[in-house]
Amino acid sequence: MRTTRRTFVRASLATAAAALLPISLHTQEGSPARRLIPSTREAMPIVGLGTWITFNVGGDPVLRDECASVMAAFFEAGGRMIDSSPMYGSSQPVIGYGLQKLGRPSTLFSAEKVWTSSATAGPTQIEQSRRFWGVPRFDLVQVHNLLAWKEHLQTLFEMKAAGAVRYVGITTSEGRRHDLLEQIMRNEPIDFVQFSYNVVDREAEKRLLPLASERGIAVIVNRPFRQGALTHRLKGEPLPEWAAELGGSSWSQLILKFILSHPAVTVAIPATTRVDHVRENLRAAAGPMPDLAMRERISAYVQAL
Amino acid sequence: MSEWWTYRPEDFLLFSPRVYWRMFELHNAALWPLQVLTFAAGLIIILLVAWRPRSSARWLALLLAILWIFVGWSFLWNRYAAINWAAAYVAPAFAVEGVLLLVSGPLLDGLAFDRRGLAGWIGYFILAFALAGQPLLAPLQGRDWASSEVFGIAPDPTAIATLGLLLLARGRLLPLLLPIPVLWCLLSGITLRTMGEPQAWALHAALALAAAACIWTIIRQRGSPPTA
Repeated sequence: MRTTRRTFVRASLATAAAALLPISLHTQEGSPARRLIPSTREAMPIVGLGTWITFNVGGDPVLRDECASVMAAFFEAGGRMIDSSPMYGSSQPVIGYGLQKLGRPSTLFSAEKVWTSSATAGPTQIEQSRRFWGVPRFDLVQVHNLLAWKEHLQTLFEMKAAGAVRYVGITTSEGRRHDLLEQIMRNEPIDFVQFSYNVVDREAEKRLLPLASERGIAVIVNRPFRQGALTHRLKGEPLPEWAAELGGSSWSQLILKFILSHPAVTVAIPATTRVDHVRENLRAAAGPMPDLAMRERISAYVQAL
Repeated sequence: MSEWWTYRPEDFLLFSPRVYWRMFELHNAALWPLQVLTFAAGLIIILLVAWRPRSSARWLALLLAILWIFVGWSFLWNRYAAINWAAAYVAPAFAVEGVLLLVSGPLLDGLAFDRRGLAGWIGYFILAFALAGQPLLAPLQGRDWASSEVFGIAPDPTAIATLGLLLLARGRLLPLLLPIPVLWCLLSGITLRTMGEPQAWALHAALALAAAACIWTIIRQRGSPPTA
């Protein structure tokens, strides 16, 4: 399935209408472009920071400091959203360590998840996660991998109504359970949806991305580099000459630009352990974005390698 | 878990190889010089098996039981569980193996480490590898000595050594003692293979050798004439 001109234009119009601003206008020289969260029109830099594997460093003091440096570079480059989950081992306390070390940056947008099959354990787990982060409340809490989604969504909607969380969302990854996700997106008043989407995994273009635009749901894209496998595969392959037109100097930037240029995508959350990579990722959000023709060119080129 | 068939081992890997091996560095540094004692305990175990002095089986099982409980508590529960929540569920299994060894050896005197022949020699070989070979894998693979896995400190050499010892053992409780070391070797081997670490072969090879030795023993027992 490929994005057709019709679906792309439809998604572009829906997103732009929701934002009431052209997508490309939300950028300043050198800072990452922003998209609006449809439900509140809060501006969000389009590159966030994932923590899957990369921030799970346990009590290792050297690696904890490395993670804090990545966070520092992320905030310095204009990033806001950091995403984690109770499933990610020690990532939550490591984020908390980094936030404390950085003096709790006020620009942080905290995105967490609830991940337990027990509905009654949900609030306790969210509270435990909040303590690990050391934040007064989470900006966004998502139901991780649709686990006990009905019960947890109910809890999260109640928390949102009480002001204990600002946004509610739901996640899946690697193309799993898209039918159920679509059903939830149609029927539940969620603010965010999170799923995998990249230059070779384009299933989401078929229904989820257009539906998100139509329903005014912000989209978080996880595993933009297929957990590093995509950039690893492309390592050593020459970057096409026409990549320079987009200001991309690396495969990771080109891949990110492909994702970020879809008008329904609100933010992509690549994970990294390296300061230079986090800067490179945020730079990808600052330059020109590919149009529909260029997107197809990128995809065709990568798939042909 | 829905759509379970779409999951791959990679989906369950929560940490990077760098974090994994640094964990051993930190663990070794925290426990040093206990490694000298556990290595010495391993040598004592080999000597007890070889010379079989009176009550040696009881002492041997006691030593091994203490090490299983210690590794489960100090490594799995206190350290590994920080980066792999599943380790918190595996740690009690190490305690169970320790209790089973205590029951089989010191309490019931139900073990005898007197099996010889091919299975016995394979047992010695596996035991020797766990003690002397496994710690060498770190420098051989370009890692620092500090991340070496030592018998009685790290779970892999402890489980491999136990497999070797059980190949040298006889006793009615033996079938109860085998599953946990076997399952750990499988689990750890899969983890290492998923991380792309070549030393996964050590666990797989130990399992394959142990399985071959068990099958050989069973075939020999069935083929030998019944005693009067």
